[in-house]
Amino acid sequence: MIECKNLTKIYKTGNTETRALWDVSFKIKEGEFVAIIGPSGSGKSTLMHMLGALDTPTSGEYFLDGNDVSNFSDDELAVIRKKKIGFVFQAFNLLPRASVLRNIYLPLVYEEIPREKRYEMADKALKNAGLDKEHYNHLSNQLSGGQMQRVAIARALVNNPALILADEPTGNLDSKTGEVILDTFKKLNKEGRTIILITHEKYIAEHADRVITIKDGEIENDSRKSNQKKIKNIKE
Amino acid sequence: MLISDIFEETFFAVLSNKVRSGLTALGIIIGIASVVTMISIGQGTAYDISTKIESLGSNLLTVSPGATKVIGMNAKSATGSADTLVIGDADAIEEKIQGIISVAPEVSSRQQVIIKGSNTNTNIYGVTETYPQVKNVEIELGTFITENNIRRTSKVAVLGPETRDNLFGIGVNPVGEIIRIGSLDFVVIGVTIAKGGSGFGSSDDLIYIPINTAQHYLTGSDSVNNINIQVEDEEKMTLVEEEITTLLLARHGISNIDDIDFNIMNQADILDTVSEIAGTMTLLLGAIAGISLLVGGIGIMNMMLTTVTERTREIGLRKALGAQNKDIILQFLSESVVLTFVGGVLGILLGWAASSFVMKISDTTTIITTWSIILSFGVSAFIGIVFGYYPARRAASFNPITALRYE
Repeated sequence: MIECKNLTKIYKTGNTETRALWDVSFKIKEGEFVAIIGPSGSGKSTLMHMLGALDTPTSGEYFLDGNDVSNFSDDELAVIRKKKIGFVFQAFNLLPRASVLRNIYLPLVYEEIPREKRYEMADKALKNAGLDKEHYNHLSNQLSGGQMQRVAIARALVNNPALILADEPTGNLDSKTGEVILDTFKKLNKEGRTIILITHEKYIAEHADRVITIKDGEIENDSRKSNQKKIKNIKE
Repeated sequence: MLISDIFEETFFAVLSNKVRSGLTALGIIIGIASVVTMISIGQGTAYDISTKIESLGSNLLTVSPGATKVIGMNAKSATGSADTLVIGDADAIEEKIQGIISVAPEVSSRQQVIIKGSNTNTNIYGVTETYPQVKNVEIELGTFITENNIRRTSKVAVLGPETRDNLFGIGVNPVGEIIRIGSLDFVVIGVTIAKGGSGFGSSDDLIYIPINTAQHYLTGSDSVNNINIQVEDEEKMTLVEEEITTLLLARHGISNIDDIDFNIMNQADILDTVSEIAGTMTLLLGAIAGISLLVGGIGIMNMMLTTVTERTREIGLRKALGAQNKDIILQFLSESVVLTFVGGVLGILLGWAASSFVMKISDTTTIITTWSIILSFGVSAFIGIVFGYYPARRAASFNPITALRYE
């Protein structure tokens, strides 16, 4: 479903070139729960921007749901983001002074989905994200951090994207709320959704079935949970 | 984006910052209101002037004597001082020129008018029975001078309303009373309706008497001061003017046009000139008011630029969620257009109120025309688009990644 072939991103500032990403290739199948982990400056944010169709690579190919996104224009990328990708950000990024409901159906606004249908879809997404109905008409800045992140997850789910991309989703939450949010992602994954989680904390990455480790712009390690267990067993 | 979504976004954005939106709209309100008011004053003035000119008679040509040339000196005395026009000229015009309705010669002189207990100094006009038709004079009381009065050289007088007020008191019916003009007694037979206008040359402060009575007893010659000619329709005026010139040149035995001893004033030309001047004045007033509208527009742009910067993260989020450049442009453009539109509507109302106020406290007529409203409406929408486009374009050009990180 997702295939990266020799993804490379080079930033130029004056005469110096920075290799943010170098020759990265991997595949992610539908229904996988993948964590991308790496220290800051490792290139994982750059990779996330590519995967989220926010940016295009300097060279290489990126197939998302059969489309080669790597050569798309800004507006074409916007269409891909609108139809295929749901974002969950560290800072939640909700519209302030807007109701929970308006926040959730924001992606549907750009898909020009009729209003009656929006309420239905938002309702379903909120249930999946595990937020009570009583909060529907609250303003987003009246909610707690955990509730805000649930609204953000509901927003990511609302248009039934092929891929949910979560960038440090627990970074602004206390560890207990973080666990609950991570459990929500697990639950969504069990329901068949493809989830990519970007983080720099190893214990968070361990919630995923597969962990891709990035270092200095290259893949250092790509391991599945079952393999890790095996390795552990052998060592014991 | 659906149109209802654009409205929803705009509604929330404008209301979330009421004070700032209000102040920005105020700039437009003042701008539009001053344009509407200034244009209404300009148009009202133009209307005033042209109705005043038309009230003196429609399709009017006025022949007046030219300057007398003093023999042996290269100097001319004032226009109209010569006595080159005679009653025969008026008769000839009436007989020989085609396309005219009526000819009304007039003789005027200033005289002391006395009644028992009161007196005034006013203009005495010797006129014919055709005068009311040509010069739009209407009778309030009694009758105007008749053909019979002229044939008999009757000593009858018709008073202007102001003269009546001066002599007999406001609203008094003087018909049948005797007044003394110069050294002769006249019977008042009528009073004319007020036309407005005051001061020197007022058409309300005068006395009409039969023309030959005036020539016989007051001026003592058969020359006339003016010959007023009413032409059938406006298009024939120039032609009739030329024909009269030819006729009078022949009658006065003048072969060299430079020696011409009369002037013909064409009312249509005066109206054209006056409306041209009034148009220029309206334009000037509108342009001055337009400057404040421009300042209002700059206010809109300033506010939109601030808004865009403040909402950088929101713009980044919207783009990450799939908003295309056109969606962002539409959202911000509609914000500035709605602000100017609302400002425009309120401005028109305020301008309308202001011009009614001006009309109430002063003599100036103000006219609000549909076109001035459509114009200011169009201008305000145009300003919204022009001054909103640059900030909207800027918002749309943000890179979603950097915009999302913006603090």
